[in-house]
Amino acid sequence: MEPSLNDLNEPHSMGTTIIGVTYNGGVVLGADSRTSTGMYVANRASDKISQLTDNVYVCRSGSAADSQVLSDYVRYFLHQHTIQLGQPATVKVAANLVRLISYNNKNMLQTGLIVGGWDKYEGGKIYGIPLGGTIVEQPFAIGGSGSSYLYGFFDQAWKEGMTKEEAEQLVVKAVSLAIARDGASGGVVRTVTINSEGVTRNFYPGDTLPLWHEELPAQNSLLDILSAPSPEPMST
Amino acid sequence: MMYGKGLKDYVEQVPGSRSGSLFSERTLYPYVTGTALVALVYRDGILMAADMGASYGSTLRYKTIERIKPVGKHSLLGASGEISDFQEILRYLDELILYDNMWDDGNSLGPKEVHNYLTQLMYNRRNKFNPLWNSLVLGGVKNGQKYLGMVSMIGVSFKENHVATGFGDHLARPILRDEWNENLSFEDAVKLLEKCMRILLYRDRSAVNKIQIVKITEEGTTNFPPYSLKTFWGFESYENPTAGEEGLW
Repeated sequence: MEPSLNDLNEPHSMGTTIIGVTYNGGVVLGADSRTSTGMYVANRASDKISQLTDNVYVCRSGSAADSQVLSDYVRYFLHQHTIQLGQPATVKVAANLVRLISYNNKNMLQTGLIVGGWDKYEGGKIYGIPLGGTIVEQPFAIGGSGSSYLYGFFDQAWKEGMTKEEAEQLVVKAVSLAIARDGASGGVVRTVTINSEGVTRNFYPGDTLPLWHEELPAQNSLLDILSAPSPEPMST
Repeated sequence: MMYGKGLKDYVEQVPGSRSGSLFSERTLYPYVTGTALVALVYRDGILMAADMGASYGSTLRYKTIERIKPVGKHSLLGASGEISDFQEILRYLDELILYDNMWDDGNSLGPKEVHNYLTQLMYNRRNKFNPLWNSLVLGGVKNGQKYLGMVSMIGVSFKENHVATGFGDHLARPILRDEWNENLSFEDAVKLLEKCMRILLYRDRSAVNKIQIVKITEEGTTNFPPYSLKTFWGFESYENPTAGEEGLW
């Protein structure tokens, strides 16, 4: 069936899963690592979480080019802003700069972003900036094509006031669930944790992620399975 | 004095709005949208209601968006349609109110003036084929005069005693036409609005069960806390609609 060009109900779906979550004391940003051109995986280990300042990062989804250029511009302006201000930029300012460029170029850009960071005034904050340039401050945000599979998951699993470890685990679990079902998401799970102490990057390769429905543990070869000893007979 | 390029040079402007650009732009479709809005004039002022949802296509993506905001001292602005455009309109109005305050002359823009400004804004954008994709409801009270009006994305503008946008235009307005009167008390007005919002909840696919009601009177604005409406499903014919007639719905 030909999709109608003027189907107002279907916004463009974007190849990625990105997540930003606040916790008690900071934020955790997470993303998958797949960049695709059509059906081909152009980069299986991309880094979709880009730095804007020391304390603010952005998760990029949608057009790789658009999101890269946008974050480059915002980094440039935030750098100047930091010099003029004399102290680190706030997450709110970074997010609003992203919104400004997103909104004013809405006809040309196709990118949804999640800005997250920590500043001394408001602590950890997450801002979602979907297609069109709406800005929404949220306790957690999800984006990209893989996020469709996560609305139900977060409705159930999200709670206020998590610890850093709980938040990170939630993010990894969620991205991994999305990767399981979204063809446009895959590879590794990257996370960036930002709080008053600084920034920590983590890397979870595919083989360390939990297995979901109908997924089998990875083997080196069939031959290893065949040559495995047969199970012990049972006895009472 | 600036070296090199500034932010303005990288931000594409709508032709004619500030520094013009050479591109002809047109907004084709909205992305993140709010649904119906209902408002009415009652005895003491204006009451406006909206749900707190914003949809992304058919996904009910955001569930705590305020679509009704105060403007200056005397007005309330509610919007349905593209939320990013609503946010931009709020920025325009911020600037308008700021300049008004800077006159420091004791005067302040009332709902009629703000409505006029919005009409100009929406109509001029429509003429350039680059509309702000919103249906706006502007209500307020100034010097005892109650005012309620609407502006659509193509610049159609009017004032009325009761207005509704989107689905509300079809579902709520007939109810309001029937049951509205000049002397509604606050309680009656709320009940009437809730009747409309409940129908919208049943019949509008993009409705979300979290309602924001805002009141504006001579004394000022009151934001009531968000709440959810009870819905009724206990009709006999709802329980087993296809009994004896399999295949029907």
